[in-house]
Amino acid sequence: MRPLPAVAALLLLAGTAGAAGPSMDRPLTDRPGDPARGRAVVRDLSKATCLICHAMPIPEEPDHGDLGPPLAGVGARLGSGEIRQRIVDPTTANPATVMPAYFRTEGLDRVGAAFRGRTIYTAQEVEDVVAYLATLTGE
Amino acid sequence: MRAALLLLAGLALVAPPVPAQIDGPRSGADFLTPDTRTLQDDDFLNPGLFAVEEGRALWNRVEGAAGQACASCHAEADMRGVAARHPVFDPATGGLVDLAGRVNAMRREHMGAPELPRESQAMLALTAFLGFQSRGMPMAVEIDGPARPFFEAGREDWFRRRGQLNLSCAQCHDDLAGRRLRGDTISQGQVNGMPFYRLMWRTMASRHRMFEWCETSLRAEPRAAGSAEYLALELYVAWRGRGLPVETPAVRR
Ligand code: HEC
Ligand code: HEC
Repeated sequence: MRPLPAVAALLLLAGTAGAAGPSMDRPLTDRPGDPARGRAVVRDLSKATCLICHAMPIPEEPDHGDLGPPLAGVGARLGSGEIRQRIVDPTTANPATVMPAYFRTEGLDRVGAAFRGRTIYTAQEVEDVVAYLATLTGE
Repeated sequence: MRAALLLLAGLALVAPPVPAQIDGPRSGADFLTPDTRTLQDDDFLNPGLFAVEEGRALWNRVEGAAGQACASCHAEADMRGVAARHPVFDPATGGLVDLAGRVNAMRREHMGAPELPRESQAMLALTAFLGFQSRGMPMAVEIDGPARPFFEAGREDWFRRRGQLNLSCAQCHDDLAGRRLRGDTISQGQVNGMPFYRLMWRTMASRHRMFEWCETSLRAEPRAAGSAEYLALELYVAWRGRGLPVETPAVRR
């Protein structure tokens, strides 16, 4: 028996409304993300490093911010789709968030000339970072 | 006060990221590490005092075609309170004028001397000297009457998101003051200590240079120092910090 449309919609909602909100399950690239590259990408100062706001299990980095939750264990808390959606555009989960969208160019105001029309991460970098965060399953 | 901050910092480590809101205006000095705080508070160590002394010399120096110094027309004591009430509406131009704009208007109109670039050592010294005359006085800008539309524009700007990082001034300096952004503790973004000495830059710097720095960090196209937009933003930020003592020359990381 096929579920009624309303039930199907509810199931869909349940599937997407996790702890961090919506999920983007389709990878942005065909090439799978590389966790080692992702670990380097998140530290890169020229790419608005996640360390500005998050503590991460990267002990060789001295200063970690505390504006966002620590990311140790995030791979156990969230699925890859939820992590991907968060990095691509966190305003889909929380419109008032301070976390920047790393793969979005529309709806931004007065972007500096050097950055206009460009995303913070490339599609491949998003995938690398998703793959890296998915490995952070311990505390 | 420091204990409360420490408590807040401690809480932030265990609590979820709820805004660590702090009631009422707080000077950036309250968010400094003890070392930097000592530098600001000790006049024998504070590097900004050199700028104040240099400013005093410039105040007394005759310059320009009219053969005048600032001191030819003003007594030093008359400058008390001036920094605390700027920027103000200027009927002559129909816009706002800040301390640097005031200095240049005097040079242009009364001294026949060339204008000083805003971030020049001479301008920073003169405005540090002027700020120093108001040290300890409460910030008190006028926002009613003809200043009102500028104030409203500045307030709107404060709350508007900008740049590739898509953040407003308010998101960091209203909601997250006291929290850690990598190596920095975010303050309320007050301007009561400027011009100030920034250790990172090894120089004095103005209020507008700090606005530029934050906007550039957000990967936004910054406005020009002295622009109508920054003067309006400065008026709002000065009002937001009303009652804070003028602390020029402050010292920051
Ligand atoms: C300017 C601050 C800031 C930056 C930079 C930032 N984040 Fe966040 N992040 C937050 C905040 C705040 C939250 C908490 C939820 C919210 O307010 O959106 C968050 C939440 C998250 C979450 C959800 C965590 C959970 O347990 O639910 C993930 C995953 C995440 N961030 C990953 C990243 C990654 C990866 C980067 C860098 C590519 C990054 N963040 C950069 C501020 C930031
Ligand atoms: C991503 C967070 C962030 C945003 C958004 C931001 N700032 Fe800042 N701001 C900082 C940090 C970090 C500092 C240095 C530490 C401190 O004093 O807060 C700072 C410092 C300042 C200071 C110096 C305060 C002092 O006492 O030394 C002023 C003034 C200021 N900001 C104004 C602004 C204005 C105006 C805007 C909007 C155009 C803005 N900031 C946006 C993070 C931010």
